[in-house]
Amino acid sequence: SNRSSQYFPNMYEDVGYSTYSEGDVFPGNVEAQKPVEGTVSRGWMPYDYNDDNEGYASAKANLKNPVPLTEEHLTNGQVLYNLYCAICHGKNGNGVGHLVETEKILGVPSYDARPLTEGSIYHVLYYGINTMGSYASQTSIEERWEITHYVEALRADLLKEER
Amino acid sequence: MINKKLHLSVWQFVLASVFVTFSMLQSAAQDLDTSDGEPAMPVEAEAAPEEDTIGDAAAGEKLFKSNCASCHKLYKRATGPALFEVTKRREREWLYKWIKNSAALIASGDAQANEIYNEYGQSNMNAFPNLTNTDIDNILAYTNTPKPVAQVLGPEAQAELAPVDTTMTNNIVLGALALVLVVLIVVLFAVNKTLKRFAEANGIQTEFEDEEAETRTPIWQAFIQNQFLVLVSAVFLLLASAYFAYGALMAVGVDQGYAPVQPIHYSHRIHAGVSQIECKYCHSSVRESKHAGIPSLNVCMNCHKQIAEVANETYQEGINEYGVDYNKEIQKLYAAVGWDEETQSYSGEEEPVRWVRIHNLPDLAYFNHAQHVQAGNIACQTCHGQVQEMEIMYQYSPLTMGWCINCHRETNVDLQGNGYYEEIHKELSEKRGGRQLTIADLGGLECGKCHY
Repeated sequence: SNRSSQYFPNMYEDVGYSTYSEGDVFPGNVEAQKPVEGTVSRGWMPYDYNDDNEGYASAKANLKNPVPLTEEHLTNGQVLYNLYCAICHGKNGNGVGHLVETEKILGVPSYDARPLTEGSIYHVLYYGINTMGSYASQTSIEERWEITHYVEALRADLLKEER
Repeated sequence: MINKKLHLSVWQFVLASVFVTFSMLQSAAQDLDTSDGEPAMPVEAEAAPEEDTIGDAAAGEKLFKSNCASCHKLYKRATGPALFEVTKRREREWLYKWIKNSAALIASGDAQANEIYNEYGQSNMNAFPNLTNTDIDNILAYTNTPKPVAQVLGPEAQAELAPVDTTMTNNIVLGALALVLVVLIVVLFAVNKTLKRFAEANGIQTEFEDEEAETRTPIWQAFIQNQFLVLVSAVFLLLASAYFAYGALMAVGVDQGYAPVQPIHYSHRIHAGVSQIECKYCHSSVRESKHAGIPSLNVCMNCHKQIAEVANETYQEGINEYGVDYNKEIQKLYAAVGWDEETQSYSGEEEPVRWVRIHNLPDLAYFNHAQHVQAGNIACQTCHGQVQEMEIMYQYSPLTMGWCINCHRETNVDLQGNGYYEEIHKELSEKRGGRQLTIADLGGLECGKCHY
């Protein structure tokens, strides 16, 4: 169905450019333009490791979690984990989420099957690995570290159960 | 007779020769295959059929799905190569080594290993030291399962499956009933006519033939003469027209039920409903931003790198119930992000998807998603309806100012665990005898809160 009629829409349409709008002045007609490469905005720091095998190994060995492990960060991590990760990795991290159960996505490993460090967890969240995509656009730096805390907690639980 | 026989034998001969050439071709192809895969070891060709029977394919399927399927498919290239009949291309011992620790094999300078490593963009395959040789045999047995023949349903079979069938029969039944009705009416009229003719012929006075009919006033004249009735109906008409005029005016600028056609047939029913993906997975900015953004296409590709086709029953459902080819819609996504399924890589040719925005507030109103969803703890469905059941998205709420204000009057502020409200909660709840605070109590109806 169509939109209904409007009566004197004086201030209905945006004069300025609004989020996600189109505009002829922009390249590609897209309002959301990318920031210049190499610029750093306040409250955000670029990620130092490259998206390749050396970067992964280096992050796995050297990268440390700057967010302290507190109750609050852990619960935040749990909430975020259930939003973004549990759909494939499962609520308890055993690799059997709903999409795996219904065989939409296959081959999700359990967290106890591989050696993981906090650095490697963050690295994979940032860049993705093989079939898994990057979650950098959906989460902030702090949120990714909170998820890392929670993933480590899940992994510890799984390892204790298994051994 | 003899002629016919001869004819038949000629046909038989032709068929036989076709069969022979075919089987020859096939064996030739097989020879090619094996010699291609194992140039150094011609013995392999004899060993191959034997090897096929090693391992338990059913157990292998389980292992494959939990360990390998994230990067490998049987008949299609994924992150790694397609694995169908990999045993015919590689030695079994080599496969054991490769699967258990591919990195070590590459590091040892094995020529085959390095060739694969470089062909697939140097993406590391995980080591699987926990898999035993029998496990690997099982997996390899599974990779030899031939591709199932796709069930292409003929139109008859589809008609049998489809709900179209039931509506068809419904229509036929209804049509037949209508026909019977028409026939009955015609028959009744005919009977009436003949009876009347009989009555006339026999000179019988029927009660229907009223002699005083002409002296009686017509009904509309009687109506006009009755002034009370005229008054009542005039009042009724005025009220009705006022009702409809007011209703029409109140519907101006209300877009409830607005459901435009989107460039890609995206189904919230499948994603949020059937697959149970959280709302905030895709609309992640709802947690922090005024805008619950439309997800960018990288979010689509998080899953659809692996899901190039929907499940068979989902596909049939789409065709039968919604008239949509879901697989074609996924191809539209690939075209937009420039994903090449063959090489499993991005081509760099991107074209943003021009989604049609359904929920529009005038620019003079300020609405912030984060403060409603994150601080207010309001479920998505409260304002947007049961989105997880919508095949096509539509506007559920009217989004008028009255609708906003009504909710602000009725909803209690979520004060628990929110340090910001501690002070005011203590103060005001004492004053109001412990009554819960609504948003209106905190100034949620002031003009400047929403209209600056």
